[in-house]
Amino acid sequence: MSETPSISREDVAHLAKLARIDLPPESLDHYAEQLAVILGAVAQVSEVAADDVPATSHPLPLVNVFREDVVRGSLTAEEALSGAPSVESDRFRVPRILDEE
Amino acid sequence: MSTSTADAVVPYDEVVAEFDPVLGLEVHVELGTNTKMFCGCPTEFGAEPNTQVCPVCLGLPGSMPAVNATAVESAIRIGLALNCKIATWCRFARKNYFYPDMPKNFQTSQYDEPICYDGYLDVDVETDEGMKTFRVGIERAHMEEDTGKTSHQGGATGRIHGADYSLVDYNRAGIPLIEIVTKTIEGTGKYAPEVARAYVTALREILRGLGVSDVKMEQGSLRCDANVSLRPSPDAKFGTRTETKNVNSLRSIERAVRYEMTRQAAVLRAGGTIIQETRHWHEDTGITTSGREKSDAEDYRYFPEPDLVPIAPDPAWVEKLRSELPENPAVYQARLQAAWGISDFDMMAVVRSGALDLVAETVALGADQAAARKWWVGELTRIANDRAVELTELPITPADVARVEALVGEGALNDKLARQVIEGVLAGEGSPDEVVAARGLAVVSDDGPLLEAIDAALAESPDVAEKIRSGKVAAAGAIVGAVMKATRGQADAGRVRELLLERLGVSE
Repeated sequence: MSETPSISREDVAHLAKLARIDLPPESLDHYAEQLAVILGAVAQVSEVAADDVPATSHPLPLVNVFREDVVRGSLTAEEALSGAPSVESDRFRVPRILDEE
Repeated sequence: MSTSTADAVVPYDEVVAEFDPVLGLEVHVELGTNTKMFCGCPTEFGAEPNTQVCPVCLGLPGSMPAVNATAVESAIRIGLALNCKIATWCRFARKNYFYPDMPKNFQTSQYDEPICYDGYLDVDVETDEGMKTFRVGIERAHMEEDTGKTSHQGGATGRIHGADYSLVDYNRAGIPLIEIVTKTIEGTGKYAPEVARAYVTALREILRGLGVSDVKMEQGSLRCDANVSLRPSPDAKFGTRTETKNVNSLRSIERAVRYEMTRQAAVLRAGGTIIQETRHWHEDTGITTSGREKSDAEDYRYFPEPDLVPIAPDPAWVEKLRSELPENPAVYQARLQAAWGISDFDMMAVVRSGALDLVAETVALGADQAAARKWWVGELTRIANDRAVELTELPITPADVARVEALVGEGALNDKLARQVIEGVLAGEGSPDEVVAARGLAVVSDDGPLLEAIDAALAESPDVAEKIRSGKVAAAGAIVGAVMKATRGQADAGRVRELLLERLGVSE
């Protein structure tokens, strides 16, 4: 039986920072509890998987699926930029990357 | 911030007397495949912005990547040429980060399962004790994809600091990259900068020989990051390292490593500590400055890429690729050196200047090896350095140089005129023959105009003429010089001298 995984407020704050999600401090405990439940659900897999079952990253037992190095049509700049919130000089315009220091 | 005050540095000979340098080099090479790593978009350099993009490389929802077979083959060939082991099974991984140069918010790379690992490359460096071979260990070579190109708008210098916003072109995003990482390079002592340069030079030759990339450092298809640290002695533990980026020429690699050593030595000597950080090399000022772009602790949360299946190179395929590898550049060099009959030192000069292929091609086109070396390793390397470009970027080809040498061989040009023809070619005036015609450059071999010029020069300096007549043959030089000047260097100086002495009835 696996233990219920724990996740701390600090873990949640760190993940939120990495994911650029602005979580108010008072919500950290709330998400910590929820994430622990999700981790607990996923952890059930380890109860089934014995040591002789290797971890996998893909559901199908396939290897070496390759594509020939042949050019296929690209989008036009207009098409590529059509979903962009902001465009300038045929480029994606993105907000300031670094905060003022 | 590029105007930030220069850091203190310690003279290089004092650095190497007090400290032992340790290096690590990361080279990114853009493969010359027709298409990107995971989609069929073309990879041409210099296309209009965002015209070589598709749902896959833009990271649009629902799009699925597919691995470029040629890129995998190139990766394996590179690994084999670097004496690496080839993984029998490996995967791609997602490297997650938030920076708009990748529209997916992650870069598809390889993490703990690189396709090539544990190799080496031997490089030769000229030392005080003659040529010495340093073995540079290769930790790994893995597959990944290039990022898009961001240009920072607003602010003073186009740098990310102080920018108001940025513009992104994703044409480059997804172009296959191979990242080649060395093991720590120790035991170089004062030759660390030379070893770094020699390694990248040798690596570039290998990649060029494999035909997997155009390896143009100035266009970014070969990029080097240099990790440098100092420690008090070879048996001390490693010092804190810095990683210098944006080093985009062979010459800069040597300069950047040397500079970073002198800067770190100054910090350490003053009792300070080295901060582990990314630093930017500035070609113009020859210094590095701190780059704080990734001041967030890096936490890329790598995990295996679920949209791609593993790669398991068939050993028979790997062996076939091994058997088809081109001649090792070191062997190729040894063969050329023997054919040209030149010393290690002279050969090193050719290799170091990056002129090997150019000299070889020029010789293959009929030029004498000494003449080909004289132009490429001497004059043209000097000009390339002055212009801060690679030799191959100069607007002159081996065919041009071979043609100039052929004209010299025919006696149509002398050395001085040949120089002018080369200048003309470099100035974009056309082929050597066109420059000769347009500038009216030709050795004056008809004695008539020479005699006229001689008479004029003699009339100009009757006293010199008298000296020569009286037997002071040494004075003839002044008249010969005047004639050469009058004929704009187009005369054969030896012939002028002969005619002059004949004219004055004097013999040598």
